Amino acid sequence: MDYLKYLRRDKMPHIWCDGCGHGIILKSLLRVIDKLGWDKNDIALISGIGCSSRTPGYVDFNTLHTTHGRALAFATGIKIANPKLHVIVVSGDGDATAIGGNHFIHAARRNVDITMIIYNNNIYGMTGGQVSPTTPIGKKASTAPYGNPDTPFDISRLAAAAGATYVARSTVFHFARLDKYIEQALTHRGFAVVEALTPCPTSYGRMNKEGSGVDMLVYQKENTVTIEKAANLSPAELENKLIVGVFVDKQQSDYQANYQEVVNKTRAIVK
Amino acid sequence: MNEPSLKNRNSRVFMMQGNLACAEGAIVAGCRFFAGYPITPSTEIAEVLAQRLPQIGGNFIQMEDEIAAMGAVIGASLSGVKSMTATSGPGFSLKQENIGFAAMAEIPVVAVDVQRGGPSTGLPTHVSQGDVMQARWGTHGDHAIIAFCPSTVRETYDLTIKAFNCAERFRTPVLIMTDEIIGHLSEKVELPDPNTLEIITREHPTVSPTEYRPYKMTDSDIPPMANFGEGYRYHVTGLAHDETGFPTNDPVKIEQQLLRINRKIERYRDQIVEVEEFQTVDMDILVIAYGSTARSAKKAVSQARENGIKAGLLKLKTLWPFPEKEIVALYKTVKKIIVPELNLGQIAHEVEWAVGREKPVVKVNRINGEPITPSEILAAISG
Repeated sequence: MDYLKYLRRDKMPHIWCDGCGHGIILKSLLRVIDKLGWDKNDIALISGIGCSSRTPGYVDFNTLHTTHGRALAFATGIKIANPKLHVIVVSGDGDATAIGGNHFIHAARRNVDITMIIYNNNIYGMTGGQVSPTTPIGKKASTAPYGNPDTPFDISRLAAAAGATYVARSTVFHFARLDKYIEQALTHRGFAVVEALTPCPTSYGRMNKEGSGVDMLVYQKENTVTIEKAANLSPAELENKLIVGVFVDKQQSDYQANYQEVVNKTRAIVK
Repeated sequence: MNEPSLKNRNSRVFMMQGNLACAEGAIVAGCRFFAGYPITPSTEIAEVLAQRLPQIGGNFIQMEDEIAAMGAVIGASLSGVKSMTATSGPGFSLKQENIGFAAMAEIPVVAVDVQRGGPSTGLPTHVSQGDVMQARWGTHGDHAIIAFCPSTVRETYDLTIKAFNCAERFRTPVLIMTDEIIGHLSEKVELPDPNTLEIITREHPTVSPTEYRPYKMTDSDIPPMANFGEGYRYHVTGLAHDETGFPTNDPVKIEQQLLRINRKIERYRDQIVEVEEFQTVDMDILVIAYGSTARSAKKAVSQARENGIKAGLLKLKTLWPFPEKEIVALYKTVKKIIVPELNLGQIAHEVEWAVGREKPVVKVNRINGEPITPSEILAAISG
């Protein structure tokens, strides 16, 4: 396929570092959009702040780069005001689950018809490698020089618990799986979350001696376990494993449908 | 708020609360999206719109917090729907982040602050005018802002409509700095026939999408705005950007854009600034007041006149841009200026600057949740 059809070529080169997995996620998203045949005019891509959140600048859609953590709030307004738009939010682990954590769980609860792709690299990359809500305990970051004392979030399980009606996780190494999940998310009616595990060799990898971007992809290759397989493994066997798969996929009336019910009731009263 | 807001639709005369007038003014102005969060003393605005908007093809949503409410209205406006949020002090603090975004990205939105006592949680059910400087400088960075301040229920209605018109015309966030007294005051109002009102909607681009520059340096300083989904695929960011909307580090382009978003308000200030004069023609003493305090001030001026003191009132209906020109036109011949306000002198300070400290500016202040009475202002006039 012709990726350039969707890219703003004059905005290249992008700011992502060598070995960063974010470009793999972007390509996956573009492949799926191309497969679905969506008109570029009908897509709104919205982000907050961070490395992941630079994605909108590179793609030829209606694009909005908002304030840190707030992309879902803006996206909710966009979708409600113009339901014809395919509304996609891209975010990072810090943007989505630290400063934007409240918006994240409430968007999930509300089941607005928005797809959110979370680029989880376990670190704040843009600001130079600070500890994030998904940095594992003991791992180093510039603000956790002796190792992280905080317990991390499991983003997919958080989304599922908050009520998201589609939740899936993949590594960027398994890009075909990522394509599949993004396609399922984009065609899902309701709030859909795809968590993409993506290496940050520049900050996370360097501080934790995990090698180059390639080394980190090899780690993904060798340590990924599907939800189905994980069900039969002990906690010890699952330590440091990356559990991938579809966590939730259910049909439930979305916000728009529920609001239409409200509108119908007012009409009945006004009559 | 169980009663339909405008029960008798054949009459234009109503007993109406200020917050209700704000909601009705918004609807008449074309507001079809409201996002809010419960907070005293602004909640009635949300409650009325929760009832009314679904009836008329609009959307009401209660968001998870004040920040999200401000973000949602910006998003809805980008989709082409006139949008508003309403709050009070603590919520107004939270909204500052995205008010700055709307100023930087030039998205038309209206935000209402029904002022209550602060700082912090302060006095949730008591009046204050302590947020008027926050309206000007609450969000970081240099930006122009428009803020209106009603002192009657009818003015709340009129200024809400004007707020939407200004937001749309100037592509900017517009603030309505009402207060607890005006928000909760019920008084008789006669509303205008909606058909007689001027309702402004943003100018759309006439050029092709390939030629469109969302932040073009136009003669008017206000570039036309395309809505998301209309075929103009452009980029919106809170980062410093150039005419195309994309981030830039070019100091020339950055300055050009930032000066424009400041200039686009200042140069049209004559169309934005509204004041009202009362007994000012032969006055010796000028009272400058706004919001609920202007009601006490008007009464005090009348009482002073009865006592043979030539007092006059300048009521500020626009706070930002500051009505400096209107003050300068009046102060030269007066002996002193009195500025009563429910803060420790936030606007009095601006008045001192406006008059170049040539005249004594007497401050009458209160921050304990009680209003300033006419007799207290009269004492300052007589003193």
